[in-house]
Amino acid sequence: MRSTELWMRIRPYVMIAPAMTGIVLFVLYPVAYLGYLSFHKYNLLNPSKSRFVGWENYIRIFTREDFYRSVLNTAVYTLGVVVLTLVLALLAALWLRGSSRWNAFVRAGIFTPHIVSIVSIALVWMWLMEPNLGLLNFMLKAVGLPPSPWLQSSATAMASVILVSVWHNVGYYTLIIFAALQSVPPSLYEAAALDQASRSRVFFRITLPMISPQLFFILIVMTIGSFKVFDTVQIMTGGGPNGATETLVYYIYSYRTTNIGFASATGVVLMAIIGGLTLLYFRFLSRKVHYQ
Amino acid sequence: MDRSLLLRLLDHAGKALILLVFLFPFLWMISTSLQTFEETMSFPPVWVPSSLQWGNFAEAMTAGPFLTYARNSIVITTAILILQFAVMIPAAYAFAKYTFAGSGLMFGLVLLAFMIPSQITFIPVYMTMADWGWVDTLLPQIVPFMSNAFGIFLLRQYFRQIPQEIIESARLDNAGEFKIITRLMVPMSMPALATIALFSFVSHWNDYFWPLVMTDATHVRPLTLGIAKLRETEGISNWNIIMAGNVILVLPILIVYLFCSKQIVKAFVYSGIK
Repeated sequence: MRSTELWMRIRPYVMIAPAMTGIVLFVLYPVAYLGYLSFHKYNLLNPSKSRFVGWENYIRIFTREDFYRSVLNTAVYTLGVVVLTLVLALLAALWLRGSSRWNAFVRAGIFTPHIVSIVSIALVWMWLMEPNLGLLNFMLKAVGLPPSPWLQSSATAMASVILVSVWHNVGYYTLIIFAALQSVPPSLYEAAALDQASRSRVFFRITLPMISPQLFFILIVMTIGSFKVFDTVQIMTGGGPNGATETLVYYIYSYRTTNIGFASATGVVLMAIIGGLTLLYFRFLSRKVHYQ
Repeated sequence: MDRSLLLRLLDHAGKALILLVFLFPFLWMISTSLQTFEETMSFPPVWVPSSLQWGNFAEAMTAGPFLTYARNSIVITTAILILQFAVMIPAAYAFAKYTFAGSGLMFGLVLLAFMIPSQITFIPVYMTMADWGWVDTLLPQIVPFMSNAFGIFLLRQYFRQIPQEIIESARLDNAGEFKIITRLMVPMSMPALATIALFSFVSHWNDYFWPLVMTDATHVRPLTLGIAKLRETEGISNWNIIMAGNVILVLPILIVYLFCSKQIVKAFVYSGIK
């Protein structure tokens, strides 16, 4: 009898043990280990030759010009992607909010790129953006516009990468905003119609406040997501031309084997940036968010 | 009256244009994959290939160890799904139905894990994998994903909605907890399980970053890396071969989407709203 009682008490711990093991081993411990590595000059071939260097890696990061460039690139990318995606997704969700089959079909269509691997997306767009034979330049010429070098020039490469990212993700956020629009109580719109409120007034006084929790969520998720951008850049430009698209994760990636301590310290800085941005959002925007 | 007709036409035309913008690149990928090299090099572009070059697919497949890549992708995604379900179901059940000291803290750790991106932890995880001698095997691409934090969270919510009375009456019938989970909880939460499975399949089939940093050897790499490499081996100009390989990578996902689009949309929206 006593042993079953004991079993009843430890049973929940046994059941969550595998999950917690995974989380500790592959998420929490690595974060701590990352911090540890960031204070070391790590020797990959002979770990016993690794030595503690204090803040040296961090000092190096903040005295390097290419670090600031990668932060700036990441910030430009994030700002571009977040603003464009949010505005376009909001417009698309409003336009496609009707429940007709045709609207549902268009919504499914713009969502399709989101479930396709970024490898495929990047390759298709590299082909479309090919400067001499690509379809985009053909279309530009056809309507009398000058062709663009797209990914080949440092002036246009970042804009091209942003364009592809927006195209890849806008359908997903359209769906989320669409779902949010569906959850606004119809009685509010009926009341507004009785009061003969104008469309813009209905939008700014009812629709926007009612979906603000989801918009707030999207803002956070997209900002964090954009700060981790790597795949698109790695495949489409390799960080170039001339570092014009080198982002923070790409920066970490390029030092991952040659200088682990330095790469780890950059990882810690990235984590601090992401954490700081999330805090800022919560501090300054959450008060503006209307919860039902 | 005429004006409203015109507006409706414009409305439909605009939506058709949006659809074209989002689906055309895929059509262009398929068209290119069936063109000859000369056709891809011609300007103005060839819209429809004069004869379908199925040989491009054979060429893409022989350009690298394609079957190995495909097998790795299948093994990795399947193993992740099985492992995740074996880990997630008991954990979600314990979090949903038992009260125990520290459950809040433990669940908080699950949510915390959900928020820490793999782009930050990959260096230390790689070094752990190197310590264990797992580099250049499939294991570092599978085992680190054993705990699906989003899945545990979603399934716990689902389990909580299942009335306690059902569980109590099963217990009165002398059903053990294992039986309650496998015969009651799992069948009753099929929609949630399907949602998690689809979401997990799509994200791991498409993953590029993790396999790239965790492996060096070709024989353990998945399709995403194989296709990306096709561009290097084929040079920069054989777009018909590259697009043929690309079609092979995209097709499984598009087929799954065609059959389960409602579930997939639900899975993605769910992950976004909660």
